[in-house]
Amino acid sequence: MKRFIGFIKKEFYHIFRDRRSLFILFGMPIAQIMLFGFAITNEINNVDIAILDHSKDATTEAIINKISNSKYFSVKQFLDQESDIEAVFKKGKVKAVLNFENDFSKNLIKDHNAKIQILTDATDPNTANSISNYINAILSQYQKELNKDSNVAYQVIPQSRMVYNPELKSVYMFVPGVMTVILMLVSAMMTSISITREKELGTMEILLVSPLKPIQVIIGKVFPYIFLSIINAIVIVLLSIFIFKMPIQGSLVLLALESVLFIITALALGILISTVSATQQTAMMISLMGLMLPVILLSGFIFPISSMPLPLQVISNIIPAKWFNIIIKAIMLKGVGIQYIWKETLILIGMSLFFIAVSVKKYKIRLE
Amino acid sequence: MNTNKVIQVEGLTKMFGDFAAVNAITFDVEKGEIFGFLGANGAGKTTAMKMLIGISNPTSGKANVAGFDVFKNAEAIKKSIGYMSQKFALYDDLTVKENISFFGGIYGLSRKRIKKKSEILIEELGLEDVANKLVGSLPLGWKQKLSFSVSLLHDPKIVFLDEPTGGVDPITRRQFWEMIYKAAHQGTTVFVTTHYMDEAEYCDRVSIMVNGKIEALDTPKKLKEQFKVDHMNDVFLKLARG
Repeated sequence: MKRFIGFIKKEFYHIFRDRRSLFILFGMPIAQIMLFGFAITNEINNVDIAILDHSKDATTEAIINKISNSKYFSVKQFLDQESDIEAVFKKGKVKAVLNFENDFSKNLIKDHNAKIQILTDATDPNTANSISNYINAILSQYQKELNKDSNVAYQVIPQSRMVYNPELKSVYMFVPGVMTVILMLVSAMMTSISITREKELGTMEILLVSPLKPIQVIIGKVFPYIFLSIINAIVIVLLSIFIFKMPIQGSLVLLALESVLFIITALALGILISTVSATQQTAMMISLMGLMLPVILLSGFIFPISSMPLPLQVISNIIPAKWFNIIIKAIMLKGVGIQYIWKETLILIGMSLFFIAVSVKKYKIRLE
Repeated sequence: MNTNKVIQVEGLTKMFGDFAAVNAITFDVEKGEIFGFLGANGAGKTTAMKMLIGISNPTSGKANVAGFDVFKNAEAIKKSIGYMSQKFALYDDLTVKENISFFGGIYGLSRKRIKKKSEILIEELGLEDVANKLVGSLPLGWKQKLSFSVSLLHDPKIVFLDEPTGGVDPITRRQFWEMIYKAAHQGTTVFVTTHYMDEAEYCDRVSIMVNGKIEALDTPKKLKEQFKVDHMNDVFLKLARG
């Protein structure tokens, strides 16, 4: 036991004396959560638009007022002719242009229909899509007000409610995602690098010649990272509660236990990576290419798995992060208990056991 | 078993597939002896040594190190031996003192003993001024000497040195060999591999490995007489060229 404590002390010296690993350990989680929470967002806010109003009557004015009074849009410019539209888009000053046809009011009253063209800058397709949806929503709202008095037969009135995230805050989606990425990065990449570093420096050989058992060496190497990963998870949860006001609906104990389980899965993966790579460089490349990209792209963190092509959906099943992402979203946002996520939990446990078994086998072969 | 023989090896073999990296070698090493283990690159020196220090399993043969069988008792051997590899293997990002207490710790030395040992060691090596500096900032020669002292920290019966003087200047090499003599004088058996033939002259006995077999084993003096040459270098060249 005393030997073990000495070993762990040494491991902490390594971590705290290496600025690079300190940065990855503590700077990265905070930077990522801030980035995803504040800067990278799908929400529409104060988007600049331009108006080309051919009729300039009471109705168009009412619509324009309605749009510019919403917090989503601000009217930047009034255009005079069709040819101006392309120019403002090219300058990038506005993201959308509303084009009202001639005699808007007259058409509306006489023919019961008037046309507005909504043009959006689709160089950023997601934003363009949202803008057009928001404008449509405002217009249909206006239409409803117009029809308030008259009776329209056979109306279908949809009432949508966004459950679990009524304000559609993107930070609700990013916090669980960032937590998954960070835990994977810290646990798998940092352990695989720190183990291969000993191999590269030749100190691993010295440790194996010493009375320490290989298993003690490995546990000694991963233990500090379990500890640091848990601290990271706590920091992320605290940031999301206090800075982003994201409520944690489910049990914190369950969240903690599931996080520890995922940390163990990631550590086992890290050990596995270290058994197949001889240098820190290789370990880093395997961790980055083999883990980080799938974690970000295929875990459902940013891109929904259900809209991926079938082969990618199948591949996503072997990515531990996918299951963890489902679990923590369910706990954080839906507040569910273990009875709803036991299947995902079992999958993670199975994966951890598999990785540990394979690394033990590989490790023995290396010692031969 | 003869208690004066701390290493007894008989027909020790290591196969990698069909290739015999170490081919039925047989030799003994006596207590307090400086035993030179020579051979060209790829002759099988390091593989043989790895079997003796318990990090590689022999394919066949017998070997007894410090009174323990390498097949049955590899873990017990580890407590009785010290090892210094050809790569410099202390931690650069730990201070001199931290390195000493870490390695003392993993060999199970008490805190008191580590403290005492490290004071003696730092004084002997003249490292008082840099005791709290990171090892990475020391010159290579100092690191090598420190590394050797660390491998002797737990008073092992045998110390295995794998090309310990690679890359250091002649003066440091000389000092290094003085340390080896001192350790041997205090009763530690020294098992050393080297490329430098002048160093072979310092050994009590040397063995020369060629293609996995021990082709010669005797005192440097007798080997030179046997091959009718003046320097160990020529003994080595004669053997290596077949």
